[in-house]
Amino acid sequence: MNSVLIGSAYVLAHVPDMVLHNGTTQTTEKIVNPDSEYLKKLPNHLRSYDDTLYYPPNQTYIGGITPKELGEIPSPWYNQKLDNADRFGKFGEIIPQEEFYLLMQACDAFDLVMLEAEFVSKTKPQFEKHPLFDESITARVKAGVEQAAIDAALSNGAEGLYSNNQIVGCVKKAHDLDVNLNAEVILENLVSKASCVLSLLHLTKNTAINKNEIDLVIDCSEEACGDMNQRGGGNMAKAAAEIAGFTNATGSDLRAFCAAPVHALIHAAALVKSGTYKNVVVAAGGSTAKLGMNGKDHVKKDLPVMEDVVGSFAVLISENDGINPEILSEYTGRHSVGSGSSPQAVITALVGDPLDKMAIKITDVDKYSVEMQNPDITKSAGAGDVPQANYKMIGALAVKRGELERTELGNFIKKHGMVGWAPTQGHIPSGIPYLGFAQQDIMDGHIKNCLFIGKGSLFLGRMTNLFDGCSIMIQKNGAKQGSQVTKEEAAISESEIKALIAETMREFANSLLK
Amino acid sequence: MENQKRVKEFSEQFGPENIVVILGAAEGEASGIAAETVTAGDPTYAGPLTGVSLGLKVYHICEEEIKAEVDAGVYDEQVSMMEMVLDLDEISKEMTTIREQYCKY
Repeated sequence: MNSVLIGSAYVLAHVPDMVLHNGTTQTTEKIVNPDSEYLKKLPNHLRSYDDTLYYPPNQTYIGGITPKELGEIPSPWYNQKLDNADRFGKFGEIIPQEEFYLLMQACDAFDLVMLEAEFVSKTKPQFEKHPLFDESITARVKAGVEQAAIDAALSNGAEGLYSNNQIVGCVKKAHDLDVNLNAEVILENLVSKASCVLSLLHLTKNTAINKNEIDLVIDCSEEACGDMNQRGGGNMAKAAAEIAGFTNATGSDLRAFCAAPVHALIHAAALVKSGTYKNVVVAAGGSTAKLGMNGKDHVKKDLPVMEDVVGSFAVLISENDGINPEILSEYTGRHSVGSGSSPQAVITALVGDPLDKMAIKITDVDKYSVEMQNPDITKSAGAGDVPQANYKMIGALAVKRGELERTELGNFIKKHGMVGWAPTQGHIPSGIPYLGFAQQDIMDGHIKNCLFIGKGSLFLGRMTNLFDGCSIMIQKNGAKQGSQVTKEEAAISESEIKALIAETMREFANSLLK
Repeated sequence: MENQKRVKEFSEQFGPENIVVILGAAEGEASGIAAETVTAGDPTYAGPLTGVSLGLKVYHICEEEIKAEVDAGVYDEQVSMMEMVLDLDEISKEMTTIREQYCKY
């Protein structure tokens, strides 16, 4: 029996000060051009929490509005403000920076996060009101320290934590010499862990699963945690599961750049289907490094810096309950070592090949979830509309395969595609953002299936020039299509034949006895 | 950045007159910037080709000059799908403008 998608959670942390101090576009600029106009202008382009909250793509990410509703709002969206927006959406929330710092401390197991006493006393009452933070979380937030202690740590290699560009705390280095444990890396990893934990907590609420029943967490983020002897040793998954209170879960990390979430989904679906585990969570925290990645273009065009949020997600895959959408782990798309890197080769491997295995056409798939980057961010940085480019390629492949008239290309994109809404956090926009809505759309009968596609640029790690990607389909529980039908028919006829042979043999044996 | 470094190294190693740069960018603007980088120099002043005018021959894979050089079967298998997606006129216009302005060979 195929495993099923039980539920999803999506979280954003609004961290404008981290754009200034932790995004690599900015940290690099501070080294090579510390007096640049860009660095001077940047603070004036940061958005307030409310601006981020009412921003339509962000509300789509946490499930406040649907992708369809977002598509009906004229773009660009950076000038559009929703009439109503809540911190909490159907799938998760947008947590403000100050509360997020307290959550980072709650996730810190080595006394590395220091927060200033007054800042803590001002922020903690709000933090304690959070509906998902019980005492196991709130008790981990310490009373706070004097400013002098923070200053001393900062002069000894700590990274500052800022609010309105004022120091309110810091993350200390975890080793005097090891660059893998310096303050910058620890901060990056704690942000990833804390944002992941918040998604895990929302997932438990959204699915109503008993935390003790979760067997495994797979972390598919893009950070590496370890020391100088095992730089990417891990295990972010288990570290996050501990804080989230998944007492009976183990964990492991899966890394494959932006393709990792779909790889992880395939792993989870297969592990459940095989019976190894009953309940597997796929989760990832977000990246500080990518904050303000396209900030130079946004500032140049006098736009707000829209890469001011860290994204995270968590999804729960469980045994088939006969209700929730099935994950077809038998029919994955794989970009293999020999697939080739031209867009045509990639789309063929990720879309054409798995559909061929299922004996269905490109037009038989109701929705494609691709790299769902928010086009506000990418178009203004000269990188085009990423989801639209993907849909054009999938449509063009359908034309090449004779499954679509070329004149229908535009309609194909409208019908089988969506606008993008996810922040450009690498792995975060990669296929995964639509899982929550897909479950809802399938359950409500709006669509019957969806192909999730993840792609990754492996060359960034300088170990190979290869590209990567994989894909997997989810569909209405119990639905059969293409080769699934044929296979079942074949299975029935095989059993029928066996029964006929058995019957004949019995008759033959009986005739011998007579 | 890494590509700029490699183009510069190849150009020094084999001589700029012996190099043809083939682009696969998805848009006219992006093709134009890449073409300008390997001819006039990096217009964003960020990479190793800042202020270095190599003037290399540069084409987009979908331009007729290159298409004619490629085996039709391979082209169909590797590029024809993207041809449907790209704005070929815009790309060709950008590329021609850059070549006429900055190409030395």
